[in-house]
Amino acid sequence: MADLTTHPDEIKVVSKRFGQGAAEIDTYLKLDGYKAVQKALTMSPDDIINEVKASNLRGRGGAGFPTGMKWSFVPKDTNKAKYILVNGDESEPGTCKDRPILEHDPHAVIEGVIIAGLAVGAKVGFVYIRGEYRYLVDIMRKAIADAYAKGYLGKNIFGSGKDFDVRWHTGAGAYEVGEESALMESLEGKRGIPRIRPPFPAVVGLWGGPTVINNVETLASVPHIILMGGQKFADYGPPKNGGTRLFCLSGHVNKPGVYELPLGYPLKKMIYDVGGGIPNGRKLKAVVPGGSSTFVLTAEEAEQMNMDFDSFGKRGEFLGSGGVVILDDQTCMVKFALRVMKFYQHESCGWCIPCREGTDWLKKTLTRFHNGGGLRKDIDNIKYLAQNMLGRTFCPLGDAAAIPTMSIVDKWRNEFEMHLEGRPCPFDPAAKITELPVVGAH
Amino acid sequence: MVISDKLDKFFDEKMKEYPTRRSFLVPMLLYSQDEVGYLSDEVIAYLAKKTELTELEVRNVISYYSLLHTKPMGKYHVQVCTNISCMLRGGEEILDHCKSKLGIGHKQTTADGTFSLEEVECIGACSWAPAVQINYDFHENLTNEKMDKVLDQYRSKAK
Repeated sequence: MADLTTHPDEIKVVSKRFGQGAAEIDTYLKLDGYKAVQKALTMSPDDIINEVKASNLRGRGGAGFPTGMKWSFVPKDTNKAKYILVNGDESEPGTCKDRPILEHDPHAVIEGVIIAGLAVGAKVGFVYIRGEYRYLVDIMRKAIADAYAKGYLGKNIFGSGKDFDVRWHTGAGAYEVGEESALMESLEGKRGIPRIRPPFPAVVGLWGGPTVINNVETLASVPHIILMGGQKFADYGPPKNGGTRLFCLSGHVNKPGVYELPLGYPLKKMIYDVGGGIPNGRKLKAVVPGGSSTFVLTAEEAEQMNMDFDSFGKRGEFLGSGGVVILDDQTCMVKFALRVMKFYQHESCGWCIPCREGTDWLKKTLTRFHNGGGLRKDIDNIKYLAQNMLGRTFCPLGDAAAIPTMSIVDKWRNEFEMHLEGRPCPFDPAAKITELPVVGAH
Repeated sequence: MVISDKLDKFFDEKMKEYPTRRSFLVPMLLYSQDEVGYLSDEVIAYLAKKTELTELEVRNVISYYSLLHTKPMGKYHVQVCTNISCMLRGGEEILDHCKSKLGIGHKQTTADGTFSLEEVECIGACSWAPAVQINYDFHENLTNEKMDKVLDQYRSKAK
């Protein structure tokens, strides 16, 4: 379904089985399938965790938390059932990397779940896939059934005396469920209202048991780390930013696609070489580096950035989810900010007032602005509203709405000023904005 | 029975995998909707009984999730993404084109019940934008001409 693209700079680790029919278990076995879990069965839980720590693997969902450390937070001496939960609720605008993994290499995810389970002492894993990805749910269902049929799941896996079950689960359309505590609520059959932390899921998670929640890509990386050794994986990227990741290039580039590149890869090269540059002879205006929740970069900033967690972290920004969205010089940043805010307003669950009210007011203000009814004081008001959402909500949806908005107002204030005093949008004078109606609780 | 025996048995099997009766509720809502067409009062009553929840609690869950509908939709539900990656590559034009081609607006259904239309948020097709999902099928790298062909295919399938 999702077209595959390729570039000579790619280092294919997670994507190495793409396009080879590895969703079929027998093909997967020919491509080193289920070797990592057999190796892990000979290792102690601490050895597995140390190998993952050595790989410098950091969460691929966007937060970039060190995976080995996350696993080590699960208490060893507990009588409660422990769980592994795979976050396949990929919904961050600009992000489409879990789709090819689930489509082309579902067994790698299953292997990752089993290995995580061995590391923390869990006996059950859940693979949660967003409701829109029904064809991937069907692929995962078949993969799980095939693994049971071979004796790789269930009782006494690989004759090791250990039991492990993997279950599939699906959502029904909710961005917020990609947040870990909302994800657990959804899996428990509820609205995806986030939980307050602490306690963190590693201690109190699904049905009160310790739970490790990892992104699809994170867990799909784990079998490769076990087989090649953590150090080798770490060496693909800069220090503390181990390995490769799938970057989803989209927007105004000649060759959009999902490319597996080492962390630390220069963004300039990603746009002009891997992505083939900007179409129609236009110039670069802005880059969303990792999904719509991240700080938006100007062309000058983008051309100097390296795509690893720490290069962004030292600026107080985030690398994000791998969704790299390219904007050319004919893009209206006010319209862009409005479209981003429409999304967050639609997806806010309403539980925390700063997010519920903030996203709604920002959408209204930005709509008025783009329609030519903006007031000069609105420009600062937009920033003020966004700032007052930051850090004041249970889950990061409020932050995610505030961050791109603040960076757009800071960096493209002149474009807001161009819309003042009833002037039409300078990039699309004929444009009319129609508001998305608010439906249900969203 | 409001849903097929096959689906009911499938739910019973899946529910055994979880420690609480309500855990599988969200997928049950979605799969019931796929079979019945929408979440009717009867479906809600059936699922409430199955999960030992009140109907109100089930409705409470339904209203959170964008894919769940309590009113009938078209046989083919055309979901046009206009989020950032699609917008930058013409998603809004595709939406306008669908509106004029089908003669309906956002969340409306054609008189013959064949098509319904919805502007949706990111469907995870960013690198293959602009994209539309019709029921669960992805249609990607669209132009107005390609969109016409896709709609024609569904129209002839409906006959």
